[in-house]
Amino acid sequence: MDHSHAMAGHAAHPAHIDTSTGLDSRKMAFWGFIGSECLLFGSLIGTYMAYKGKSINGPYPHPGIVDGKEVEGILNIPLTTASTFILLMSSVAMVLALNYTQRGERSRAFTWLLLTAFLGSIFLGCQVYEFTHFVHEGLGLGTNLFSSSFYLLTGFHGAHVTVGVIYLITLAFLVRAGKIPPEKALNVEIAGLYWHFVDVIWIVIFPLVYLIK
Amino acid sequence: MSSETREVIHDQHTHPSNKFYLYIGALLIGLTVLEVFGYLGEVNDVYPAGTAALIIGVLSAVKFILVVMFYMHLKFDSKVFTGIFVFPALLGTLVIVGLFMLFHVLPALLNQGHDICCP
Repeated sequence: MDHSHAMAGHAAHPAHIDTSTGLDSRKMAFWGFIGSECLLFGSLIGTYMAYKGKSINGPYPHPGIVDGKEVEGILNIPLTTASTFILLMSSVAMVLALNYTQRGERSRAFTWLLLTAFLGSIFLGCQVYEFTHFVHEGLGLGTNLFSSSFYLLTGFHGAHVTVGVIYLITLAFLVRAGKIPPEKALNVEIAGLYWHFVDVIWIVIFPLVYLIK
Repeated sequence: MSSETREVIHDQHTHPSNKFYLYIGALLIGLTVLEVFGYLGEVNDVYPAGTAALIIGVLSAVKFILVVMFYMHLKFDSKVFTGIFVFPALLGTLVIVGLFMLFHVLPALLNQGHDICCP
């Protein structure tokens, strides 16, 4: 087998990783970071679940009957479903961007990275709209247990998406400038890990907060 | 074959094609649609809240696993990464379940008159 044949696959990882585990230390560290993020979001989601349904005054998240009176739910399920689709699509765009980076197709990698960031921005726009609407409806940060735990949880997630969008835009322009060749595709892979993790957290938040009453 | 070539082959990951990733994306969308149907069934009293929660929970767990396995490449990567991720993820899940039990299930049992402290 000649060298060119060995390189024929589209995944171009570094040829030799000189570490005791044989694994890239940056990737190892990043998985450790993602692990710590699991604990952070675990505690935030746990707090939300602990206080779920325990607010003694409105606005309430879901429609129902409180003290014999029928109340409206404040959560906008159609909007959040749409933004969930958008975030899922951004993950698809991210994985395609990584594939093109590994193949050395710079312009396509740039386009898909920018598209990922754009879809993430739309998700953020939906969240800003949702928060603004809630505040206008009288649901401030300290209104009730629901609002405090809701804003804390979804706000932290939104902050992660914001960081991700900035990260992806920076990376997209580095790819376009030719500073991330296929052998440095790990930089994009790590950004992808971050982005998919943000998506995975939303996959947990969306049903627990919005869909399960 | 030189040692350098062997290292390249050894390290090379056979990631799936774009078509496969698009297929997973379509599956994720489909599962989200089913989740929303689960919610609508609950709101319209088609089935009880517990059943809806179970359906939605299972669907979101499947979505979680799909993203982690294929988009985050844990299926193709070293098992060390799987361990680094799964252990804290399970701890996080334990925190969520623990708090839910403490604030919802335990008070409900106490309200029903169950003597849970002293058999």
